[in-house]
Amino acid sequence: MKRQQTLAGTGTLLLFMLRRDRITVPVWMLSIILLVLATLASFESLYPTEEARQDMAATMLNPAAIALTGPGFYLEDYTIGAMISHQMIGMTGIATGLMSIILVIRHTRKEEETGRVELVRASVTGRHAHTTAALLLVLGVNVVLALLLALGMGGMGIDSVTWEGSFLFAASLASVGIVFASIAIVLAQLTEHARGATGLGVGILVAAYGLRAAGDIGNGSLSWLSPIGWAQQTSAYVDNMWSPLLLSAGLSVLLVAIAYPLSSRRDVGAGMVRPRRGRSEASKALTSPIGLAFRLQRTNLLVWSFAMLLIGMSYGSFIGEAENMMDAMDDALNNMLPETGNALFADSIAGMFMTVTAIIASIPALQTVLRLRTEEKEGRIDMLLSGAVSRTRLLGSYFILAFIYCVALMFMAGLGMGIAGSQSMNDSGYLPDLIIAGLNFVPALWVGIGLAAALIGWFPRAAASSWLITIYSFIAVYLGGILQLPEWMMRLSPFHFVPRLPADAFEWPPLLGLTAVALLLAIAGWSGFRQRDLNG
Amino acid sequence: MSVIEAKKLTKHYGQVKALNGLDLEVRPGEVLGFIGPNGAGKSTTIRILLGLLRKTSGEVRLFGKDPWRDAVELHRRISYVPGDVNLWPTLTGGEAIDLLGRLRGDMDRKLRDRLLERFNLDPTKKCRTYSKGNRQKVALVSAFASRSELFILDEPTSGLDPLMEAVFQECVAEVRKQGRTVLLSSHILAEVEKLCDRVAIIRDGRIVESGSLDQLRHLTRTFIAVETAQTISGLERLPGVHNLQLNGNKAQFQIDSSEMGNVLQFLAAFHIQSLTSTPPTLEELFMRHYGDAGQTSGARGER
Repeated sequence: MKRQQTLAGTGTLLLFMLRRDRITVPVWMLSIILLVLATLASFESLYPTEEARQDMAATMLNPAAIALTGPGFYLEDYTIGAMISHQMIGMTGIATGLMSIILVIRHTRKEEETGRVELVRASVTGRHAHTTAALLLVLGVNVVLALLLALGMGGMGIDSVTWEGSFLFAASLASVGIVFASIAIVLAQLTEHARGATGLGVGILVAAYGLRAAGDIGNGSLSWLSPIGWAQQTSAYVDNMWSPLLLSAGLSVLLVAIAYPLSSRRDVGAGMVRPRRGRSEASKALTSPIGLAFRLQRTNLLVWSFAMLLIGMSYGSFIGEAENMMDAMDDALNNMLPETGNALFADSIAGMFMTVTAIIASIPALQTVLRLRTEEKEGRIDMLLSGAVSRTRLLGSYFILAFIYCVALMFMAGLGMGIAGSQSMNDSGYLPDLIIAGLNFVPALWVGIGLAAALIGWFPRAAASSWLITIYSFIAVYLGGILQLPEWMMRLSPFHFVPRLPADAFEWPPLLGLTAVALLLAIAGWSGFRQRDLNG
Repeated sequence: MSVIEAKKLTKHYGQVKALNGLDLEVRPGEVLGFIGPNGAGKSTTIRILLGLLRKTSGEVRLFGKDPWRDAVELHRRISYVPGDVNLWPTLTGGEAIDLLGRLRGDMDRKLRDRLLERFNLDPTKKCRTYSKGNRQKVALVSAFASRSELFILDEPTSGLDPLMEAVFQECVAEVRKQGRTVLLSSHILAEVEKLCDRVAIIRDGRIVESGSLDQLRHLTRTFIAVETAQTISGLERLPGVHNLQLNGNKAQFQIDSSEMGNVLQFLAAFHIQSLTSTPPTLEELFMRHYGDAGQTSGARGER
């Protein structure tokens, strides 16, 4: 086929993709733009004076804060512009990366998996038309997003938020989006399933963030291995360096150049990595609904448990650094935190880390119970329930699995944080303390599962809105302090009620209360699920 | 006692009435053909029988029990094959067959392996790699390897090639010989004609005709082509003769099955030289209920 022919139909496909995404894409763009602009506005009102900003910089000057946000060089002269670049490029970069991965996979591998590509390719459409149209779409989305964002930020008229800085800030975000779109297009050639490709893409995104976190705490070299790191190295609003973005552009071109030949070499619908053969008979474990529920999610469960261990360990290692940092801090800061002696400061940092870790753990926990809804939508629980399986037993299987899984997740997180924490603090007492601190969050995770169960029972079509609990809790913890949210808004997150061990004292009432709420929600879900029609 | 008994069964989805007073009976040991086009309410009926949907009103009993309340107990005695089999992509076909068998209760291992061979299905492949026909085979193997008393088959051959359809028909014939009961929903009339003792025709969520094929044929017309030695006359005056085309000593016409005897006697007087009769097919029966309307309106019960 000539080049021209391999691209036939690209324009039509692109228009069709735009039509399909006419809601999704604007929602992604608006959310990202509004998040950045709202944060920028709140920074301006919260830190109006030079002094307030330098105080903020001083509190940010510790490994944990740097790991969560961005490299330390922004802190030297912490203007509003430096502040937004420091705190938002990484976080918002994850959002644009995620958006790009999801969009690319949705229009390439997902289309192939469902067999729709076959229909389209049978007509006058070139071999590379889907790939090209999807890349153009995501490229366009990132560019438009960047332009709107730059105009919005520059237009706010804040002194340190210059026009050049605004365009560089926005371009850095777009660069993360474009790199991850190129990563996704390669992954789409490798795996046969959209789920696998998206999962790998998100994994690489998380790894990129972790890499830059490690680099920013250390000597900085690791940050240069991460596309998110490059975006942050632009030093937007401070030194305004465009050169790191060349690395992003180079990597994107390289990945796309790899993806095209790969896509020609494989068959439609197949991935480069062929699926293996399996066993011809079911093992003993696969005899019950809970055995099936576990089997279906086995990989996910193991990967997330291990991830929680790693997340715990990486946070744990900062606890000691925070301690060292405190020793080196000047009196001014010690005055700012009057109640905290050194040991206590480490404890409260650990408590904060554990809260964030628990919110991350709510992602796999919710996935586990929401899987039931996926099974229903795919028409697979018809097959189960037409066997001698009651609805109670089916729903119960997913509950029990998710409930136990929460314990395992938080144990792994506590174990990881405890191992690394006790080493960095030279105090083995942190190991049991932090394991208990982790398990302490289990009832809060159960509330999320209860909510998902209640929705599955009564409003199955709205079951996915249980994710709001994760998103909201994250916003409350991450932005609650910065935006100074009122107490009642903080109380909407179940994680808010959990005492932050080891800094706070252990208390039974909140744990029992959360457990009771979780159980009530679960029972409500069960009564709904028992008496409703199953639908696809 | 009937294996399946439904009286005035209704199912409403909001404003849409999927079932509209359906009466259905399946007797022990028989194969009942449950026929009707897409959207007539076949799948809705079956999903109520399996306790997956809740009836709006009416009576329904399986083995004398309530399919909603006693679902688990009943399902130990029932095998179900849906028309669109959705399987777990990460499980192999063999694993899916075993899982479904174990969840139901019992499974004949030897029969399972024999069926895999007969249906020519590779059980080591992951379900995600199966075509529609192969997924269908997974459900069929799991069903026929069971010791169920009742088979509920919802368009089970969609996606099977003709060879596999023949294997399926053998399987149904075998379970029938063993005195087990089958509810076979289908819109492939040849299949129903070959396999079923009785048929029930559903339209707009209601049974419009039911009975044995012989009984139903009495309601229909046989096509006759005849050639006689003498010129035929007066045939048009006989009751029960329709669409007569007369050409000297040749005649073609349709005849009500109940008037067959009289007409043959009448024709004998003209010295029959050759006569072919084509019995009414289910197709004609079916077209009589659907032919004019084509597709049904209103009821959209299929998932």
